Amino acid sequence: MGEFNVHRVRFFNYVPSGIRCVAYNNQSNRLAVSRTDGTVEIYNLSANYFQEKFFPGHESRATEALCWAKGQRLFSAGLNGEIIEYDLQALTIKYAVDAFGGPIWSMAASPNASQLLVGCEDGSVKLFQITPDKIQFERNFDRQKRSAIGKMLVDRQYMGVSKRKCIIWGVAFLSDGTVISVDSAGKVQIWDSATGTLVKNHLVSNADVQSIAVSPQEDSFVVGTAEGTVFHFQLVSVTSSSSEKQWVRTKPFQHHTHDVRAVAHSPTALISGGTDTHLVIRPLMEKVEVKNYDAALRKITFPHRRLVSCAKKKQLLLFQFAHHLELWRLGSTVATGKNGDTLPLSKNADHLLHLKTKGPENIICSCISPCGGWIACSTASRFFLYRLNYEHDNISLQRVSKMPVFLRSALQILFSEDSTKLFVASNQGSLRVIRLQEGGFTHPRAFQPQSGTVQSMCLLAVSPDGNWLAASGSSAGVHVYNVKQLKLHCTVPAYNFPVTALAIAPNTNNLVIAHSDQQVFEYSIPDKQYTEWSRTVQKQGFHHLWLQRDTPITHISFHPKRPMHILLHDTYMFCLIDKSLPLPNDKTLLYNPLPPTNESDVIRRRTAHAFKISKKYKPLLFVDLLDEKTLVAVERPLDDIVAQLPPPIKKKKFGT
Amino acid sequence: MADLEEGFALTAVPLGSGPDGPLGVEQSGKTDQFLVTDSGRTVILYKVSDQKPLGSWSVKQGQIITCPAVCNFQTGEYIVVHDNKVLRIWNNEDVNLDKVFKATLSAEVYRIHSIQGTEPLVLFKEGAVRGLEALLAEPQQKIETVISDEEVIKWTKFFMVFRHPVLIFITEKHGNYFVYVQKFNSRILSKYTLLLGQEEKCVIQSFSTSVGRKFISLMSLSSDGCVYETLIPIHPSEPEKNQRLVQSQLLKSVVSGSARNGVALAILDQDHIAVLGAPLPASKECLSVWNTKFQTLQTSKELPQGTSGQLWYYGENLFMLHGKFLTVVPFKCEVSSLAGALGKLKHSQDPGIHATPHFVNWETSQGCGLGSQNSEQSKRILRRRKVEVSVQPEVPASTQLLATIQKDSEKHIEVELRKFLATKRTPDFHTIIGDVIIGLLGRCKAEPSFYPCNCLMQLVQTHVLSYSLCPGLMEFALEKTDVQILQLCLQQFPDIPESVTCACLKVFLSIGDDTLQDTDINMESVSDYMDPVQDGEMEEQTAFLQNGFSPEEDNCDSCAQKLKEKPQAAADESTSCPVTPKRAALFRNAVLHSAYSETFLLPHLKDIPAQHSTLFLQYLYFLYLKCSENATMTLPGTHPPTLSQIMDWICLLLDANFTVVVMIPEAKRLLLSLYKFVKSQISICSELNKIEVSFRELQKLNQEKNNRELYSIEVLELF
Repeated sequence: MGEFNVHRVRFFNYVPSGIRCVAYNNQSNRLAVSRTDGTVEIYNLSANYFQEKFFPGHESRATEALCWAKGQRLFSAGLNGEIIEYDLQALTIKYAVDAFGGPIWSMAASPNASQLLVGCEDGSVKLFQITPDKIQFERNFDRQKRSAIGKMLVDRQYMGVSKRKCIIWGVAFLSDGTVISVDSAGKVQIWDSATGTLVKNHLVSNADVQSIAVSPQEDSFVVGTAEGTVFHFQLVSVTSSSSEKQWVRTKPFQHHTHDVRAVAHSPTALISGGTDTHLVIRPLMEKVEVKNYDAALRKITFPHRRLVSCAKKKQLLLFQFAHHLELWRLGSTVATGKNGDTLPLSKNADHLLHLKTKGPENIICSCISPCGGWIACSTASRFFLYRLNYEHDNISLQRVSKMPVFLRSALQILFSEDSTKLFVASNQGSLRVIRLQEGGFTHPRAFQPQSGTVQSMCLLAVSPDGNWLAASGSSAGVHVYNVKQLKLHCTVPAYNFPVTALAIAPNTNNLVIAHSDQQVFEYSIPDKQYTEWSRTVQKQGFHHLWLQRDTPITHISFHPKRPMHILLHDTYMFCLIDKSLPLPNDKTLLYNPLPPTNESDVIRRRTAHAFKISKKYKPLLFVDLLDEKTLVAVERPLDDIVAQLPPPIKKKKFGT
Repeated sequence: MADLEEGFALTAVPLGSGPDGPLGVEQSGKTDQFLVTDSGRTVILYKVSDQKPLGSWSVKQGQIITCPAVCNFQTGEYIVVHDNKVLRIWNNEDVNLDKVFKATLSAEVYRIHSIQGTEPLVLFKEGAVRGLEALLAEPQQKIETVISDEEVIKWTKFFMVFRHPVLIFITEKHGNYFVYVQKFNSRILSKYTLLLGQEEKCVIQSFSTSVGRKFISLMSLSSDGCVYETLIPIHPSEPEKNQRLVQSQLLKSVVSGSARNGVALAILDQDHIAVLGAPLPASKECLSVWNTKFQTLQTSKELPQGTSGQLWYYGENLFMLHGKFLTVVPFKCEVSSLAGALGKLKHSQDPGIHATPHFVNWETSQGCGLGSQNSEQSKRILRRRKVEVSVQPEVPASTQLLATIQKDSEKHIEVELRKFLATKRTPDFHTIIGDVIIGLLGRCKAEPSFYPCNCLMQLVQTHVLSYSLCPGLMEFALEKTDVQILQLCLQQFPDIPESVTCACLKVFLSIGDDTLQDTDINMESVSDYMDPVQDGEMEEQTAFLQNGFSPEEDNCDSCAQKLKEKPQAAADESTSCPVTPKRAALFRNAVLHSAYSETFLLPHLKDIPAQHSTLFLQYLYFLYLKCSENATMTLPGTHPPTLSQIMDWICLLLDANFTVVVMIPEAKRLLLSLYKFVKSQISICSELNKIEVSFRELQKLNQEKNNRELYSIEVLELF
């Protein structure tokens, strides 16, 4: 397969934000996660836990509560005192309503999901009616009446109530009148609301118990502590014969190093997240019917989208952070070596630019043109386009000031291979092309929208010859447009799982699509059908270990000289597929970390298969081929992230 | 993707029934065994995997079976109806159907239904339904007419909806179809009129149902060759009113519209149905599997020798008549995905290399489900007796044993008990053992001379008992100061109350050495480190102390100076065991291992006399010193108490008796050494904590060194 010089990059100093809230929706089997920077992410638990949507964060919009109501409508509330509803189709914020009670600390939907309750800083609890397209203030309960609402309609309500030195971090109100509280003294207490008596007290931690979630059946609940432990409680019969049941602490899980700020309980799994930025989904073995790979623990750390773009010719990398972009130039070497060698650098990597966006909004997407001459990025309300000029070692940067009115925000940006066109996917499914010229742009033109769609496109791919543009939304199929005619050319048959990455191969114009269930398809755009290779792969099926990978493929690219080679990567491996070789079946070894030693070429050729996998670099945020002999791999070691987190609660190792 | 495997014919006996096919195929009590009822006179029990019949029964010449034989899953008996009104019940051992139990009913039977988990139901041709038990109690009872004149039952099915039995039957009258749903939990009979969706009048040829969350889905195959679906609410809004059900078309032209016979339908799972019939007017009959979700034909199999339009479906097997023989076609339906339905093979092969991790299911407590079947069983036995009078009713061995206990001699009980324990264990074994012990204890109380020590020991050693199963046992043993049984109980029972544990401890402490000498105690765990020399009396071992010098005491502080007055004794304490091995075994095996809660144990510990608690403390301290002799801080032997168990007990004893212990002169030395020990522990911990901080810094430095290389160019070969 060949030798590569790999630029191993570890200077992308990316730190995910801590998780603040999680909310599970049973109806759609989706999970909403909010982070401390205000980002809200939607994970589809049915689609291999793929992060299918996200709403960019905002500095002033720290979310403190997140909940689903009225079926699949998502609301959040936070320290700016606003209640926000998200538009899950258009990927925008539908509206924000001020509750006029100061920062909001908690929010809950009534059991019939028609009303929304928020708990405010001033101690009031406010009730909103959920109307089909908005929410409407209904009534206000002040401090003294707080107990009354509990009885009225609250199923579950979280509030930070201060009780001398002990803070109750969370409360759950069950339909049988049981109240469960978790507090800063490390206690989980079970109360009887009718008599107001303490039924049971579990001391689970030396530190705070910060979160609680009850299963929909109310037969089990989960709490998370500041020590990173998650405890599972279950309602278990006291003896085999009697119907009397009591809450028993059954299982402890330690998957976090820091505070578990949020927990959720799906019918089959415990979900937790916190300051250490990991989202952990722990299936309950007794609830999982088929003991397959889906029953395994999932730990999601990195976003399922690309934060790095690359200008291959100039060997430039653009890194996207929440509020700034960084541009780096890779170094070089003149030395050669054999497998495993680290080569001496003749020139180190340079940090060329630090580009800070103004305003409180997070960057949604960014891209550098293949020639390195343009950088584009977008927040929720502003679009930025920069022109870069390179003179020897100096770089000058110029912002293109007059942007068209419609270009206020983009979900995805892409430059054409010759850097003359810019493709922009915005909300409401609109897709535009802009012709770039020295010092500006002309001809903003829109692609004909699909009739009736409001589905926003999240992924774009353009063919190297510039003739075809492929675009995919979060659920609908992939659409291929003719760039010259600005018309839809064809639509790839819909598939059950969302698309995670797209790319169009040079020369052949084959569209390669990776799905969240780890299937990869190759579709010929000129022929409007799946390629022969893709059919063969589907017929034979992927290797089971390939299908069991638990992170999605986030980037696909091609070998510039060998049209049979496809490069794909997820967080823990990258793979060069050689379409000319036979496919591996379940009996062959998919990944062999050891180089072939003492093996004759015959054996090697016989056991060779199409999937050349390397797991040397991980966790991977980006891999691409710079030229036929050079790879770039952007790694983000977990230790580096941990080093930037606040220290965890110190547990004494010796003595008590 | 659905897949029909190669079928095989159950060839042993050709069905002499001609084109009508068999009357029915029903499951028997065992998996893989099926009852096939010929439309003539014969019922055959087949074992499908072996492709051979296990039994065959026929009615007399002149009689004719009118309703397929079913198995009563609760008793394992088979039931059949011949000549419309005569009910026969038999089991595997019976040979001649003429001689088995017979009941003549007052009305004509349409079908008998039997499914797992409930008693069989008899559906009469007039639409009335009776449970089998109620019917057999009074066979000649009057059977009411439910359906109107000229209404004929066409099809019927019995199934469980949320653990409640539901019977559905469909009648026809002048081309109109009516659906009756009988629910047995509420005794509600709902009647629906089935509105046919299609234009022209069509005859429905086959039905099949499946149960959903809120609806029963009724599928029908019409003579126009289309499959229609009808949803019947499980909880009707107005059950009494005659309601209408609308059919909706599900699949078009599944079979040829002109086919008049040989058409049948079965729902395989929520997405798949099996259809039997000719797809084209001229073609041969086929068995095909359709995907209803994607409306695609999944697979099909030709039946060149013709079939009868009957299709049965159990588990993973489809049964149909092919030519003269009943044929079994195993099939597989996998969860349908678009890719699968359209022909792309979804990779679903289970590599089977993932060992499922072991986990505890907290929701099913271990003892549940016991004896739930017993009551039903005994009820069934009654009728069996009526049928086979000659057979001596079998008295359970446990009942016999319980009777033996009440009157026989100790020797005899022992023999019987051994016999009982040797037999196979039933699910309620542990409750029986509990009952036996309670029986024995009851007799002990009544007859003071009766004390079946060996029996009790044997019973306790069955490993199935707990304190709550035989509440009186430990109290009784305490009364008798039978340390042997107490030791066993403490080892075996998981749920001993703290008061009893403490009472045992008291007995162990107070029992005289001479009595202990005579009893047989399991000393397995202490034999490893108890010096045989120490057995019996404690000998002063001063050999390795020279001139009264003990190196340990060099760094004692002032309060410990007093110790020097009795240096020999102090040294003694650290080297020799303060109690006899037998007593040690009692403490170690039994008491230290038992579960307790501090709050409940403390008040009882307070009652222990000061001398005894000092002795126990000394022993614990001795164990601690033994522990600290090796690096792993463990004791030798099998199941030794852990260091934390020892420390917990020391703390508990001190907490409970501190004020008393402090006053006793003998305890002074012990307290001083404990104090010294705690002090040194505290200083060690603080030192360790200090070291930990510096180690962490070192670790950080090390990490930084590894990660400093933020950028490198490496050579990688992909192969």
